[in-house]
Amino acid sequence: MSTHHQKLERHSIAFTVMILVVASFGGLVEIAPLFTIENTVEKVKGMRPYTPLELAGRDIYMREGCYACHSQMIRTLKSDVDRYGHFSLAAESMYDHPFLWGSKRTGPDLARVGGKYSDAWHVAHLRDPRAIVGGSIMPGYAFLSDRLLVTRQLPQALGALALAGVPYSQEQIANAASDAHYQADPDAEFEDDLAERYGTGLNVRDFDGDPRRVTEMDALVAYLQVLGTLVDFESLNREDLVR
Amino acid sequence: MALSIERFVGWIAIIGFFFLGVAIGGYAKTPAFALHGWLIAAAAAWGARYLYENASDAPDRPLEYNDEVIRFTVIAAVVWATLGFLVGVVLSLQLAAPELNGDMPWTNFGRLRPVHTTAVILGFGGNALIGTSFYVVQRTSRARLAGESLPLLVVVFYNLFVVLAVTGYPLGITQSREYAEPEWYADLLLTVAWLGYLATYLRTLARRAEPHIYVANWYYLAFIVVIAMLHVVNNLAVPVSLETPKSYSLFAGVQDAMTQWWYGHNAVGFLLTAGFLGMLYYFLPKAAGRPIYSYRMSIVGFWGITFFYLWAGSHHLHYTALPEWVQVLGMTTSVILLIPSWASVFNGMFTLNGAWDKVRTDPAVRFMMVAILFYALATFEGSFMAIKPVNALSHYTDWTVGHVHAGALGWVAFMTFGAMYKLVPWLWQREGIYSLRLEAWHFWLALAGTLIYVGAMWNSGITQALMWQTYDDSGNFAFPFIDTVEAMKPYYWLRAIGGLLYLVGAVLGAYNIYMTVRGPAKARTTPAMVTAE
Repeated sequence: MSTHHQKLERHSIAFTVMILVVASFGGLVEIAPLFTIENTVEKVKGMRPYTPLELAGRDIYMREGCYACHSQMIRTLKSDVDRYGHFSLAAESMYDHPFLWGSKRTGPDLARVGGKYSDAWHVAHLRDPRAIVGGSIMPGYAFLSDRLLVTRQLPQALGALALAGVPYSQEQIANAASDAHYQADPDAEFEDDLAERYGTGLNVRDFDGDPRRVTEMDALVAYLQVLGTLVDFESLNREDLVR
Repeated sequence: MALSIERFVGWIAIIGFFFLGVAIGGYAKTPAFALHGWLIAAAAAWGARYLYENASDAPDRPLEYNDEVIRFTVIAAVVWATLGFLVGVVLSLQLAAPELNGDMPWTNFGRLRPVHTTAVILGFGGNALIGTSFYVVQRTSRARLAGESLPLLVVVFYNLFVVLAVTGYPLGITQSREYAEPEWYADLLLTVAWLGYLATYLRTLARRAEPHIYVANWYYLAFIVVIAMLHVVNNLAVPVSLETPKSYSLFAGVQDAMTQWWYGHNAVGFLLTAGFLGMLYYFLPKAAGRPIYSYRMSIVGFWGITFFYLWAGSHHLHYTALPEWVQVLGMTTSVILLIPSWASVFNGMFTLNGAWDKVRTDPAVRFMMVAILFYALATFEGSFMAIKPVNALSHYTDWTVGHVHAGALGWVAFMTFGAMYKLVPWLWQREGIYSLRLEAWHFWLALAGTLIYVGAMWNSGITQALMWQTYDDSGNFAFPFIDTVEAMKPYYWLRAIGGLLYLVGAVLGAYNIYMTVRGPAKARTTPAMVTAE
C-alpha cells in the first residue's frame, strides 16, 4: 500500500482527481437514485402547488428563519405521530423548493399545523407569543401586520418555480399577483377564478383580521393554514407507504 | 508583457462581477439587494485597480514566501471569530430571555442565527483554513505561493462573500439552506473565488522542491476539492429576477433534503474536519518538535474520511420521508467513520510522545492536545447519534447543538487557537507571543466555557427528548409541548454563561495577538531569504 501511495503523493493532479473520484461515490449512490426510483415519492391525491398567497407566506417563513426552530417533518415514531398526526409523506413536500423539514424543535413541529388553530389565534400568537402561550420563547412578529404584501415579483417567482419543475400553468403565472390579493379578499368575489386555477377547497378569506388590506401577516397565516392539509389520507393505499 | 492565464482569467472574472454588481444595483427593488449589488461592483472596481497597479509586477519571487496574504486572513479570522462568538452569546441569551429578540425583523433569533453560524464557520474557520493552508503549502513545498495577484484577490473576494452573507440575513436575504444560506449571486462569487483558491494551491504544489506532497496538504486539498463539489451541487437554484435577491432551489422535497444534508454533513466533514486535520498535521508536529507518529495511519485516516464521510449525510434524516435504504446506509457508514476518525486521533496523540512536557509548559500545544481530545469525543458521539434508536432521542433537540459545539468550540476553535499562537509570531517575525499568561487564561476560559456549554446541552437535549416521549397511565402525553420548553430555561442560562466565558477567552486571545503584532520585531538571525518581508 505504502509504495503505491508514495507514487500517488508525487503527482498533485492525480492526487486531486483521486480525491474527487473517491468522494463522489456517496452522493452518486445515495442521491442520484432518488430522482429515478419511482416509489421514492408516493402517488397521492390532493397535492397541488402553493397558491401565490401561500407561496408568498412561505417566502416570509424562510426570510424570518422560522425553520431554525420549527421542523416540518413528522417522523414515523409513535411519539411523533401521537403528538403531531400522520407521519409526513415525501409527496407532501414534492413542490417544496427548497424543502423546509428543519433540524430542530425549539418550538413544535408545524407539518400539520394547518387548520389546527384559528386565523385569529395565529395572528395574536405571531404578534405576541407570550400573550397566548405563557412561557413561550418565540420572538414576536407584530411587524408582519404592518407590512403590505409585495406581490409584484410573484409572476416571476412562479415562473422560476415552473422552471424548477413545479407544474404552474401560464395562466397561473400570469395571474399570480392578483390571485394573491383575491385569496385574502373574499369581497373581491374571485373565488371561482381561484378555484378554476388551484382547485376547490382553497382557504379564501381575510386572514389577518384587517380586511382593508393584504399584509405579510395574511400571507404567512395562509401558508400556515394549508400546511399538512392537502393530502387525502382516506384514499391512501397503505401498501404504497411501505418503502 | 504577455498577459498570463492567471491575470486573463482574473480580469474576466472581475469585469463579470463588476457588471453583475451594477446590474443588481440598478434593477434591485429592495435597498438591501441594491446595497449588495453596489458592494460587489465596488469590490470588483477595487480588484480591477489592484490588477492594473500590479501589472508591472515582476514574475514570482521564488526565494521569498508570500506571507502578506496570510496575515490578512489571520486578522480576518480574529475579527470574524469575535463577531461570531458575540452573536452566539446574544442568541443564547435570546433563548433564555425572549424579550431580547426586540421583536424587530433584523434582531429576531431566526434572522440572527445564520449570522452566528456563517461568521464562525466561514468567517473564522474559512479564513483560518485558507491562511494556514497557504502557509503550510509554501513551507512543505519549499516554494513561493503561485501567482502574485491571485492569492490576495481570492481572500478579499472570499471575505466579500462572508460580508454579503452576514449582512444579508438580518435584511431578510436567505435561501434557508442551513450553512448554505447565501443567495445565488453570493454563491457565484464564492464559486469563482474558490476555483481561484484551488488553482493557487495546485500551482504552488506543482512548483514544489519536495518530491512528495506532505500529508497536511492532502487534507487541505480534500477540503478545497470536496467543498467546491458540495457548494456547486447544493446551491443549484433558479433566480427569480434581478429585482429581488430570491431564488428557488432546483430540487424539491426529499431529493432536496438529501442533497442539503449531503452538503451539510460534509461541510462538517471537509471544512470543519479535513481542513483542520490538515492544520493539525502541520502545526502539532511543528509545535511539539516531533514527527507524525505513523505514515500508514495517516493514509488510512485520510482515505477513510474522504470515502466514508460523503455517505453519512442521510443520518440527519432518520425516520423521515427519506427512503429507508438511504437511512440505513447513512447509519452504517457513520459508524464505520469512527475508524478513520480515531486513526487521526491516535496519530495525533502518539505524535506527542516524547513531548508531553510541552503540554504543561506551552499553552499552544495544550490547545492542540485538548482539540484532539474533543475531536475524539465529537466523532465518537457523532457515530453514536447516527444509530437510529439513539437518533430517535437526540434528533431535533439541544443534544445536536451540544454535539456540534463540542466539535466547533472544542475541536475546530481549539485547534485554530493553538495554531494561531504559533503562527502569529512566525508571520510577523516576533520573538514569541505577547503574553503566555494571557494565552493560558484563554485556554482555561475556553475549556471551562466549552465544558459548561456541552454539559448544559446534553442535559437539556436528553431531558426534552424524554419529556416529549413520556406518556401518562391513560396513554396521553404527560407534558404539553410548552412544558418541555420551560424545562429548558436553566440550561439555556447555563449555556449562555459557557458561551460568555468562551467569548471572554477569545477576546483575550484577540488582544494578545494584537499586542504581538504591535510589538517589536525579532532580532534578525535567520537569513533573509527564508523570511518574508
